Amino acid sequence: MTPADRARRRAVGSAIALSVPGMLVLLALFAVPLLRLLALSVEGGSLTAYEKALTNELYLRVIFETFKIAAIVTFFTFVLGYPVAYVMATSGRIWQIVGIAFVLLPFWTSILVRTYAWMVLLGRNGVVNRTLMGLGLIDGPLPLLNNLSGVLIGMVHVLLPYMILPVFNAVKKVDPTLVLAAEGLGAPRWRAFLHVTLPLTMNGVMAGMTLVFTLSLGFFITPALLGGGRVVMIANLIEEQVRELLNWAFAGALSAILLALTLLAFWGISRIMRTRPA
Amino acid sequence: MAAEDVRGADLRVDGVAKRYGAVVALGGVSLSVAAGEFLTILGPSGSGKTTLLKVVAGFEFPDAGRVAVGGADITDVSPAKRNIGMVFQNYALFPHMSVARNIAFPLLMRGVPKSEIERRVNRALELVELQSYGERRPSQLSGGQQQRVALARAIVFDPTLLLLDEPFGALDRKLRESMQLEVRRLQRRLGLTTVFITHDQEEALVLSDRIAVMDDGVIRQVGAPDEIYDRPADDFVAQFIGESNLLAGEIAALDRVVLDGGASVTVRGLGAGHGRVRLLVRPEKMAIDAATNRFTGTVVEAVYLGEAHKLRVKTAEGIELLVRGHRAVPAGASLTVGFAPEDAHVICGAG
Repeated sequence: MTPADRARRRAVGSAIALSVPGMLVLLALFAVPLLRLLALSVEGGSLTAYEKALTNELYLRVIFETFKIAAIVTFFTFVLGYPVAYVMATSGRIWQIVGIAFVLLPFWTSILVRTYAWMVLLGRNGVVNRTLMGLGLIDGPLPLLNNLSGVLIGMVHVLLPYMILPVFNAVKKVDPTLVLAAEGLGAPRWRAFLHVTLPLTMNGVMAGMTLVFTLSLGFFITPALLGGGRVVMIANLIEEQVRELLNWAFAGALSAILLALTLLAFWGISRIMRTRPA
Repeated sequence: MAAEDVRGADLRVDGVAKRYGAVVALGGVSLSVAAGEFLTILGPSGSGKTTLLKVVAGFEFPDAGRVAVGGADITDVSPAKRNIGMVFQNYALFPHMSVARNIAFPLLMRGVPKSEIERRVNRALELVELQSYGERRPSQLSGGQQQRVALARAIVFDPTLLLLDEPFGALDRKLRESMQLEVRRLQRRLGLTTVFITHDQEEALVLSDRIAVMDDGVIRQVGAPDEIYDRPADDFVAQFIGESNLLAGEIAALDRVVLDGGASVTVRGLGAGHGRVRLLVRPEKMAIDAATNRFTGTVVEAVYLGEAHKLRVKTAEGIELLVRGHRAVPAGASLTVGFAPEDAHVICGAG
């Protein structure tokens, strides 16, 4: 064993020792309850709860809806978040700090408060509808609350920072002379962006998409409040099973399915990322 | 000595000025480069040479002045439409594209048909002797190879002008010298008008048809390498290029200058001038036991350079003289050195 090997082994050893407290907390507060929930789902040694969840058309629709909503939210956070991240990363230091402050500001406010704020804004007599009607752009109020649009607006708002921050980082890492070189070689601005900046920031985009998509799958408060009971995602279904029907076995099965699907999505996205040339 | 078969266009820079806040980067620079010529802009860092190159490439917009290539004013043309090839200091190769894709990029942007792109990329790879490297990534190449890819990418679309921004800075000495010769060979062969930027005077002397010496945002002198070296226009040029003995004094007669400190020397080329001058004598023109313009002093420093000995001699009047010659003289020895009247170059004006 060379001295370098020994040093590496010692570093690994102390890294493991340092992570023990955190691991214990995770084990006690996350792994144990999760395992108990999984145990509940197969109570009595039967898989009937899983069978019910995966064969009943109603529950399959909820699972499909959940993925659909997550995909739409991911798409919109990308479309809205990339330009913001790009402008932030390519402007001066002061504007960068201001930008980051504005992006992080919502993090300091409870998601519940922000969701109620959206209810005020999006209601029939809310600020948005009254403004649009006042400007004569619409005749009657738009249905923005208690439906899919409301849920999407709320979720995109909550999840935007998770897209903006990784993309911001990725854009900042792109060497500006590469863009100059592309322009000098005959690429107009937009083509230089398309051929150089965008591909070189794809890792950040993928990281943002993974975060937003997997976080979306487990969303609860926003669909519950802005969907008005008409938009049901898996998390809402689970809550209903536990709180109203006290069906712990079925709730456990749904949780396990949600976890499995989330891991599957995560695995799928990271596979796509790995096959992309660095 | 221009290239054999000229394909590049001539460049004219006319009164270009650029300032950043209170800092003047370019103070009204005018310069013309003939078609097929290799011109080096030589200057210390902060002299404005990179800003000038950026203005020519279109990455910086000048506050005043015009830039024309081949007679056409391109001051307001976007970089993408200038048709100028540039090699950046850090090469700026696209890391996510293969070597072949990097070189194909400018052709792709110009809508060149696929089959022709392939043919031209292959020819460019051949030109820089990297035929079998097309499928590699830039990160898999050595510094010298990356540099050759950058060069191939800059010339594959037949640019009117080739700009090189200190491209050899990151290479070790041996590679640097071979790359210099390769660039020069390629430039001559393709007849490319080339503007090369460096702070390395040796590099400038080796490569250039002409050199423009820049300092403080202005061009101090433009001329052939021997002209710049033998007949510098001012103290800055004299001191920036090569080693020099600058002796300050006053013109006393048609062929006599009285140096500060009292010594009197004979020189040529004073004409009917009068007033203060500086005499430039290169260390290799100083001779031990010369017949004219003799100074006696003590050797304060003796350095062996391999091909020559460098001596620093201090006279009783306090004048320090650099002498480069073939005789080994130990430090501390007393020595008489001097120079022939025709070996002193006169720089007029208060220095």
